[in-house]
Amino acid sequence: MAEKVLMKGNEAIAEAAIRAGCRHYFGYPITPQTEVAAYMAKRMPKIGGTFLQAESEISAINMVYGVAGTGKRVMTSSSSPGISLKQEGISYIAGADLPALIVNVQRGGPGLGGIQPSQSDYFQSTKGGGHGDYRLIVLAPESVQEMADMTALAFELAEKYRMPAMLLADGTMGQMMEPVELPEENINTVDMPWAVTGTEMKREHNIINSLYLKPEELEQKNIERYERYKVIEANEARYESFMMDDAEYCVVAFGIAARVAKNAVVAARKEGIKVGMIRPITLWPFPKEALCAAADKVKAFISVELSMGQMIEDIRLATECKKPVELCNRVGGMIPTPEEVLAKIREVKGGSN
Amino acid sequence: MTTQLLLAGFGGQGILFAGKFLAYKGLLEGRQLSWLPSYGPEMRGGTANCSVILSDDPVGSPIVSNPDILVAMNLPSLDKYEDAVVPGGMIFVDSTLIERKVKRDDVKVFYIPATQLAQAMDAPTLANMIITGKLLSESGMRTDNIEDSLKKVVSAKRANLLEINLKAIRCGMEYNA
Repeated sequence: MAEKVLMKGNEAIAEAAIRAGCRHYFGYPITPQTEVAAYMAKRMPKIGGTFLQAESEISAINMVYGVAGTGKRVMTSSSSPGISLKQEGISYIAGADLPALIVNVQRGGPGLGGIQPSQSDYFQSTKGGGHGDYRLIVLAPESVQEMADMTALAFELAEKYRMPAMLLADGTMGQMMEPVELPEENINTVDMPWAVTGTEMKREHNIINSLYLKPEELEQKNIERYERYKVIEANEARYESFMMDDAEYCVVAFGIAARVAKNAVVAARKEGIKVGMIRPITLWPFPKEALCAAADKVKAFISVELSMGQMIEDIRLATECKKPVELCNRVGGMIPTPEEVLAKIREVKGGSN
Repeated sequence: MTTQLLLAGFGGQGILFAGKFLAYKGLLEGRQLSWLPSYGPEMRGGTANCSVILSDDPVGSPIVSNPDILVAMNLPSLDKYEDAVVPGGMIFVDSTLIERKVKRDDVKVFYIPATQLAQAMDAPTLANMIITGKLLSESGMRTDNIEDSLKKVVSAKRANLLEINLKAIRCGMEYNA
């Protein structure tokens, strides 16, 4: 077993990306994710990679688009307002069916918002932040270890399904240090016959494009893409089930909110309240089946979010509104305390007896 | 066993550094831990604080809202967090910078003139490590790995500062009012 080291979440993402073979990083600084760029700036020149601080987020994401077309591992990272700027490029990357990694270390919004942690880019990440019919694979780590592990996973899924993947973290996760066992250098990839790598006069040109002026052709592209999405929904939904075996109430939370909620679940159990938690690890595909199955067993759900209630809509859809879903949230950079979540659990239990 | 620590003071007092030292110490002991800094503009002179959790079990929320141990290195920090300390907890006060006494009588309080002691040993920026030394001796934490932990947190480029940091910690450990 490799030695555990202490690292910030942002640094762990950067190191894990390098170990996963990413040699191309394009970014633009913004709190609270700047350590990703700083780490890349330090390391990339030493290993023959490219670190480039672009003149803007829009420029950075289009550089990502360019490298993605060659089939090389490429990434960018930013925080909420910067990710909004990247949406046009992300839509193009999705429209050209290219793999790439986009990291969003979220902060409060809308607008310039604040610099403290938030999860209010849930809609933007999971519903398609740019124009057109498309999805991103969205991974939501809850620890520095998962930030490292999911970086490699995000590259692999992106390549397997030829689409952009997003690592959705928040300011707390980016800034906190925890012991992490960094993954071994491992490049687990797939053949990319579509990549533009030079024909050497031996094959037809590959063309990277998202423009289809014939509606019949564009329709077909969209339908094909959604066939792929169906496969992803069937095979790639990931979640953690915590104390759910006999649970009568189910907390649903991801990322930092799940860390807080876990404390509350443990405390509620000590009071004899049968509560558990389902933690979506992939936000898209959303772990619908796990929630739907839970809906047949529990009396109510509690969605713990650092937003005004965005994931709560997916919980209601997944459970077909079979059971009430209550919201426990703080926004604007505030984080609920375990006590606040515990109070909500007590309240929901009181209300349903 | 879980210990939740909150270290707070002005930006520039080495609050985050002291927290990192405790975190690396926990790492060397094979404990579960988290270290979470405040990362706003306060890093440049306002109030800065840092949550450190050391535990034998996986750490849940990394945010310390009710510390077992509070280190207060300026008055705003003591004002803000005094009431949050758990009953039976400990408060370490830099009594050079904080003139008032702790109001609560259900916590153990240690007054250390850390800033003054640091100036006396010609290391004015190491009040943080002096107060950390006192924390180590009073909280029952292991003290056999102080040097190894410091080596993790003092970068190789600044290895010349190792000795003075060690001296500051020992000064705090030996301090008795």
